[in-house]
Amino acid sequence: MTPLLAALFQQHISPPYDPLGMFPPAASHNAGYSDWVFYFIFWICLVVMALVCIATLWFAFRYRRSKVGLMPQESPHHSTTLEIVWSVIPSFFLVAMFWYGFKDYEDRRNIPEDAYEVQVYGQKWNWTFTYPNGYVTDELHVPVRENVCLRIEVLDVLHSVFIPAFRVKMDGVPGRYNWLWFHAIQDGTFPMYCAEYCGQQHSQMDARVIVHPSREDFDKWLAKESDWSTLAPEVAGMKTFRVAGCVACHDLETGSNLTGPTLKGKWGTQSQLADGSSVTFDENYLRESILTPNARLAAGFAPNLMPSNFAQTLTDQKINWLIALIKSKGNAQ
Amino acid sequence: MIPSSNALDRTNYLNCQKGWWSWFWTLDHKRLGLMYLWGVFTMFALGGFFAMMIRVFLMHPETAIWDPAVQLSDQLSKMDLYNRAFTVHGAVMVFLVIIPGIPAALGNFVLPMMLGAKDVAFPRLNRFSFHLWLLGALCFVTTFLVGGLDTGWTFYPTYSTGSAETMAVVFGTLGAFILGFSSIFTGLNFVVTIHKMRAPGMTWFKMPLFLWAIYATAILQILATPVIGISLLLLMVEATLKIGIFTPELGGDPVFFQHLFWFYSHPAVYIMILPAMGVMSELIATFSRKPIFGYKSIAMSSLAIAVISFIVWGHHMFLSGQSTLMSTIFSFLTFAVAIPSAIKVFNWVSTMYKGSISFATPMLYALSIIWLFGVGGLTGLFLSSMGVDIHLHDTYFVVAHFHFVMVGSAIFALIGGVYYWLPKMYGRMPSEKIGRMTWLLNFIGFNLTFLPQFVAGTKGMPRRYFDYDPAFASYNFWSSIGAGFILVGMLLTLFNILGTIRRGRLAPANPWGGVTLEWMTTSPPSEHNFERDPPFAGDPYDVTLVNYKDEQEGFVPAKPLKDDPLIYDYQASLKAGVAHSNLHP
Repeated sequence: MTPLLAALFQQHISPPYDPLGMFPPAASHNAGYSDWVFYFIFWICLVVMALVCIATLWFAFRYRRSKVGLMPQESPHHSTTLEIVWSVIPSFFLVAMFWYGFKDYEDRRNIPEDAYEVQVYGQKWNWTFTYPNGYVTDELHVPVRENVCLRIEVLDVLHSVFIPAFRVKMDGVPGRYNWLWFHAIQDGTFPMYCAEYCGQQHSQMDARVIVHPSREDFDKWLAKESDWSTLAPEVAGMKTFRVAGCVACHDLETGSNLTGPTLKGKWGTQSQLADGSSVTFDENYLRESILTPNARLAAGFAPNLMPSNFAQTLTDQKINWLIALIKSKGNAQ
Repeated sequence: MIPSSNALDRTNYLNCQKGWWSWFWTLDHKRLGLMYLWGVFTMFALGGFFAMMIRVFLMHPETAIWDPAVQLSDQLSKMDLYNRAFTVHGAVMVFLVIIPGIPAALGNFVLPMMLGAKDVAFPRLNRFSFHLWLLGALCFVTTFLVGGLDTGWTFYPTYSTGSAETMAVVFGTLGAFILGFSSIFTGLNFVVTIHKMRAPGMTWFKMPLFLWAIYATAILQILATPVIGISLLLLMVEATLKIGIFTPELGGDPVFFQHLFWFYSHPAVYIMILPAMGVMSELIATFSRKPIFGYKSIAMSSLAIAVISFIVWGHHMFLSGQSTLMSTIFSFLTFAVAIPSAIKVFNWVSTMYKGSISFATPMLYALSIIWLFGVGGLTGLFLSSMGVDIHLHDTYFVVAHFHFVMVGSAIFALIGGVYYWLPKMYGRMPSEKIGRMTWLLNFIGFNLTFLPQFVAGTKGMPRRYFDYDPAFASYNFWSSIGAGFILVGMLLTLFNILGTIRRGRLAPANPWGGVTLEWMTTSPPSEHNFERDPPFAGDPYDVTLVNYKDEQEGFVPAKPLKDDPLIYDYQASLKAGVAHSNLHP
């Protein structure tokens, strides 16, 4: 009865239940429960199917024409009692199936407050995963025994995140975010598929899910992978430029102004300011503009467009990387 | 000896007019029914060809994903071909085979005769439906010529709206749009015919259950089909005029299309299965020589299914991001539809109790449907259960589930029904030996193909995959082997039917002992079905109304009905001066 109790009290790790070996490993807290609901329905259906088939075969054999002749004996051809019995009794079982399925679904729709959020971005035909620190991978890394929430975003066509070992699936729909969450209980590597048809290489749109054996291990992995101190400064600068969000308003490649001025070819030039004066675009000016954007506004741009909290979010090192990046984008010549 | 109730040597509907034009431009529901039937067979062969192609692709994993040594670029053209194959397979089988299969083909042939009528209420509309069907089929064939449709039969945006194969999408949706109208007109025709043209004595509760099923189907066709027409039209409007309906860049919502699409396509599932259930009721009753058990329950359950089927479409979208409340309501209602379906199965089994069970080929198909529909229906419960559906949605479990319902039940019922009414259609008896053998091949092949797919699904294999993890290899291998069995079984079934038409034993008016009115006229019937006034209809399942008679090699009415057309003693009827309007040897 353990799975049943687990079902009633939810939220706790359900023991695996797969007597016929029909499922992939139960690697999430609710996989055991989900499988248990499957088998709950399965056993009932098996009994019904067995009864129907035995009755069919027995009647076919017992009342075969070669034995009973052409004219069968008189027998009733209506029974209100029977009709009520075989409508009402199955109804109770159906309500139970509905209820267990509903509990399971509801649990998976209510994302725990403390869930660790990873953004999933799907497009033809690959997945990318962005962690809270802005680090991006093409495999999903998560810690074991933690609530993890995936925010799914797609731009081109419908996709669907499907991780069989966790019994989770959710469509990615262009124009809206969808969420799913899970709580891995087993470390290891599991496959993730795209389950919504998305064209030519639909079947190639897979990724690996790597569950780290502990939160510490995961944190260490993330810190190490997203540590850019060993990279060339301008490469680390480009990563910072993306992660810190600079990329949304500042162009580095084409020389055109977006919400903010382009940073291509500015290094070392005289920059026009909003108050009519000009300044040399150098380390000091750049640093000042990042930390206190309104101090010396570039000509043609309104104040308060740029976030003013970079003093809190960017370390000295990151600012240096950004300087190295913009320096590498050269000057007007 | 030639049964005197066989009309192949006299004027009948097959030979009363000659030439292909007399067929193409006919108003005779029987000829239209036969043309639908052969059209459906042709399309079934086409859809089957693509099914085999899919199974050949999937027999072994290509290992492109899983083996870095295999160059992806070598696989791309094969992937395109595969995606087109499953799209065409699905679209052809759904729109051109299963939806028209029983209602348009068997329904057209049998319905007016079962009612004791000369034809449907609007014969010209009926012909128009058929011509629309041909046009729709032509549109689908055109999609191959203009590049090939690869959207899946569901046409989901934004894939379909952004597809490079614009012309194919246009022709595909246009085809489905036209076929929709064919379906609507047929449904309309049948509803009016059933309301207005029943034989004297045939009250609503004395209608054969096949008619109840067709009636429920017709209501679905009339009410649900316009919605697919509208949604496909909106899809075209958006693609051409750039009005934002389904694509987010223009301000639309892709999930909106799914709502519209399934508002039709879920009732369409019942458009496919309800007529099959009607055929089942006829087969089980006739071959058990027993009144059908629980007549009213079966009749009412058809209507209940028709009504409930309108309000369950959201179960296709549990994972699209629709609200939990909506999913919950749809899940609950979906479970509700299980009750009337189960009632039918229980009543069919009870009908056999204390019967006289014949194992003629049509009955073998009917008996196997109890298993196949049982599995197909019960596996639907797993998918209606929201939590379990999260894992099973869009996997091979779903593929196996709906093939059990649509092929295992609807196509098997179509074949069973064709065997059952073949003597009436062509006046010749099918070969029992080949019939039973091919049934066995089909039955084994079907189970071998689709039972392993359930497990592939629970193990997590997504559908519409060109390539798969080698962990799923054995399920796919056996599935492909099973498909080979079905191929052989279906080809032999076709040869059996063709052989029957060419040189089958001459059939009497009523070879199986059916009590419904189509058995009260010659095989094949005359142009106007009944040689005199429509017969008086009694209880369609009172088997004491017909007795076996050796000279006829079939059954004859126990006592002459009022206005008995004397079809069983042709010479005597001539002597008695019975007017045979279209009946000159």
